[in-house]
Amino acid sequence: MEDILSLSAVELSAAIKEGKTTAVEAMQAVLSKIEEVEKEINAYVTIDKEGALKKAEEVQKKIEAGELSGPLAGVPVAIKDNMCTEGVLTTCSSKILNNFIPTFSAEAVINLEKAGVVMIGKTNMDEFAMGSTTETSAYGVTKNPRNTEHVPGGSSGGSAAAVAANECFFALGSDTGGSIRQPASYCGVVGLKPTYGTVSRYGLIAYGSSLDQIGPITKNVADCATVLEVITSYDKKDSTSIDRKDTDFTSALVDDVKGMRIGIPRDYFGEGLDEEVKNAVLAAAKEFEKKGAIVEEFDLSLVSYAIPTYYTIAAAEASSNLERFDGIKYGYRAADAEGLHNMYKKTRSEGFGPEVKRRIMLGSFVLSSGYYDAYYLKALRVKAMIRKAFDEAFEKYDIILGPVAPTTAPKLGQSLSDPIKMYLGDIYTISANLAGIPGISLPCGKDANGLPIGMQMLANSFEEKKLIQAAYTYEKGTV
Amino acid sequence: MAKQYETVIGLEVHVELATKTKIFCGCSTAFGGAPNTHTCPVCTGMPGSLPVLNKQVVEYAVAVGLATNCTITQYCKFDRKNYFYPDNPQNYQISQLYLPICRNGHVEIETENGKKSVGIHEIHMEEDAGKLIHDEWEDCSLVDYNRSGVPLIEIVSEPDMRSAEEVIAYLEKLRMTIQYLGASDCKLNEGSMRADVNISVREVGAKEFGTRTEMKNLNSFRAIQHAIEGERERQIELLESGKEVIQETRRWDDAKEYSYAMRSKEDAQDYRYFPDPDLVPVFISDEWIAKIKENQPEFREKKMVRYKEEYDIPEYDIGIITDSKHMADIFEETVAICKQPKKVSNWLMGETLRLLKEKSMDPEDILFSPENLAKLIALVDSKAINSSVAKEVFEVMFAQNVDPEKYVEEKGLKTVNDEGALRKTVEEVIAANPQSVEDYRNGKEKAIGFLVGQTMKAMKGKADPGMVNQLLKELL
Repeated sequence: MEDILSLSAVELSAAIKEGKTTAVEAMQAVLSKIEEVEKEINAYVTIDKEGALKKAEEVQKKIEAGELSGPLAGVPVAIKDNMCTEGVLTTCSSKILNNFIPTFSAEAVINLEKAGVVMIGKTNMDEFAMGSTTETSAYGVTKNPRNTEHVPGGSSGGSAAAVAANECFFALGSDTGGSIRQPASYCGVVGLKPTYGTVSRYGLIAYGSSLDQIGPITKNVADCATVLEVITSYDKKDSTSIDRKDTDFTSALVDDVKGMRIGIPRDYFGEGLDEEVKNAVLAAAKEFEKKGAIVEEFDLSLVSYAIPTYYTIAAAEASSNLERFDGIKYGYRAADAEGLHNMYKKTRSEGFGPEVKRRIMLGSFVLSSGYYDAYYLKALRVKAMIRKAFDEAFEKYDIILGPVAPTTAPKLGQSLSDPIKMYLGDIYTISANLAGIPGISLPCGKDANGLPIGMQMLANSFEEKKLIQAAYTYEKGTV
Repeated sequence: MAKQYETVIGLEVHVELATKTKIFCGCSTAFGGAPNTHTCPVCTGMPGSLPVLNKQVVEYAVAVGLATNCTITQYCKFDRKNYFYPDNPQNYQISQLYLPICRNGHVEIETENGKKSVGIHEIHMEEDAGKLIHDEWEDCSLVDYNRSGVPLIEIVSEPDMRSAEEVIAYLEKLRMTIQYLGASDCKLNEGSMRADVNISVREVGAKEFGTRTEMKNLNSFRAIQHAIEGERERQIELLESGKEVIQETRRWDDAKEYSYAMRSKEDAQDYRYFPDPDLVPVFISDEWIAKIKENQPEFREKKMVRYKEEYDIPEYDIGIITDSKHMADIFEETVAICKQPKKVSNWLMGETLRLLKEKSMDPEDILFSPENLAKLIALVDSKAINSSVAKEVFEVMFAQNVDPEKYVEEKGLKTVNDEGALRKTVEEVIAANPQSVEDYRNGKEKAIGFLVGQTMKAMKGKADPGMVNQLLKELL
């Protein structure tokens, strides 16, 4: 079959089932694309070529035997390297896990496997998901396929780049403060962070446990809804997993926004927002209005508190979550360390990169005796207030519309020298994690340099369907 | 006149709960097992693994809290205690700091001066750590995570105790209560009950507490007693010589009967406690508490009163039997079958206690079933075996819980009640011992005892001594 790579994930699976192509052919097409562009893009940390082809053959047989009939059967996927994959190297793009091969797979990965999805390999990311550019990886930077002088965003930059460069048909990312939505926006693809508790975190190597969610990065909205439906499951192994009943997300692929109430927070369009991004998002708002949605501006309170609150909570949890990487049980261990204390010190000094160390120190500080109340506890209180502000907004609106990030993808090498500025870039995405609500990022134009611009839509907890319906309608009208 | 000092003691008691599986995963809590065989990704801290709370741990903790008059924290949480050590695979221990499951309780103990109440500050749930093994030959350390994640409760008392005797009375009270609940076997020597002792001294009448030290590694009541006495002396000596007591943690060396400083307050770590985001808050409803209350066993005090009313056995026996829930259960169940409290009590007070002592076992370790003890009593009652054979059988039953009926049958230990066979043996004994026969006939009553013994020996013990006696008298 010609031009197999232009198909979406759902289209590919349909073509395989119709006998127009095979899972093996699709995998071969992806692998040769990887061969062609990967040297430049560097979207992957690990490519399991042999395993992928072997698995594709098995899946093809099962499809032919009628044992696999799901909407994603036979489709090649890329998995972010912070999700455990049994028998396949899992590094979190860190030196400290440079030899870590998990004994089990993440629940979301298992759900994909059961659906007949075939894993190609593991994608690059910011080390332990800490960063917004995929430049903090210990395994080299990933470049933006739309313009290789620019970053792909992060932390799920490898996943978004792989989707944009046709190095896979879709990918899984994880989102703690925007790590799915922002790279999706920079790379011009679709990304969704589900309601906290929707996708099991079992097997996701934790960064900020109370904020982390796994979600899809896809070529279009239909794929996004389909993947979300497959990876969603109630998992007793994850105490924060929620037993949801309304998970037929593809039923929301409806071209209609009539009567939908869309709120535009003025605070998201103020200082610091790039003019071109602003205009593109407001133009999208007009599109919705044309299709019958009710669009109005409103004041979402507490926006300026989101960044300090997020960096306090995420860093605190990270400082504790990353304690287990100590050179004792698995992963990197520094050579020639004298005694236990020095072994810990040397291993962690050599194994972690500067951004991870910065957040461990920040997190240790806010949890330390005498500071806990002033920082961590206060941040938890603000988090609850932010959640309340969203509750109030969703009494009036079905959807909150705004930009994903203040600018389009910055050039490589420009962000890490000024971490505060980099943190400020998360302003529009982190509130969704603090409030636990779902958010979708989808392309809404390009800037003068041809770089993709993304818009973000947020909905109340458990209302992913509203996001999918609005996104699908917008996509129908523009593509 | 020399100053009079008072010792002030508070306890932190760790109790390993008797759940089948660990606190946050499905691994077995069984003792022993080859290293790292009772482990999984959760209890070895593998990346990506997540804890899930074992409900039974909450039930046991609530049960202990109710039995010690605590207030139950109906909305409680787990916190992470962060510290680096290889026996702690995540480098944080999941414990409770901010909202422990039980608070503000007390227990009553008996002291020389009558009853006394010891306050319980709090009880919290937490996970145990693994075990480090230092290999001197290979010059390396190994870690076994079988114990990692075994559920513990920590019972923190108020500083209400004033002597080693009170401490031991308090510990015995806790142990008894927890054993009655079936929440733990509470064995100090196996580590399922561990006590850290906080000690300070002050002049009698002083209002302020003195500076305290914490004593660790106390594995027996004896060690606790000696450590408290030793530490009291050490602190008084310091104060008498004008020095200060330093707040520190000390380790007791039981072999040397001596303690040494482990770490001072200055080295105290900042554990950076914060609520564990991987676990959801635990809500304990009124209904749940009521259900746990309903399932509480009859505790010792009530049991003793009831035994006195129901069974005609001495108060001393009641004290010993109810000292162990297991022994009390065996007593009650056996009596329910054979309806002979006095005889059951005699077996427990006599042979059972003797064998427990001989084999250095706890009453909790008693193996034989009430059914088998009842059968043994019935065998004696029906004269199927005599009392010395019964003791022999009991010893085997004690070791292996054999069915005494089957055992007696198989080993052919039944008393020979066939008069013909017995008469024949008696006649042979009389023929073989003319001297004793003559002595008896000459009025030496004692001689008959020797002849009875000879007959029993010839019968290999399987005769009713009364019947032998009677036959001898008749034939002589």
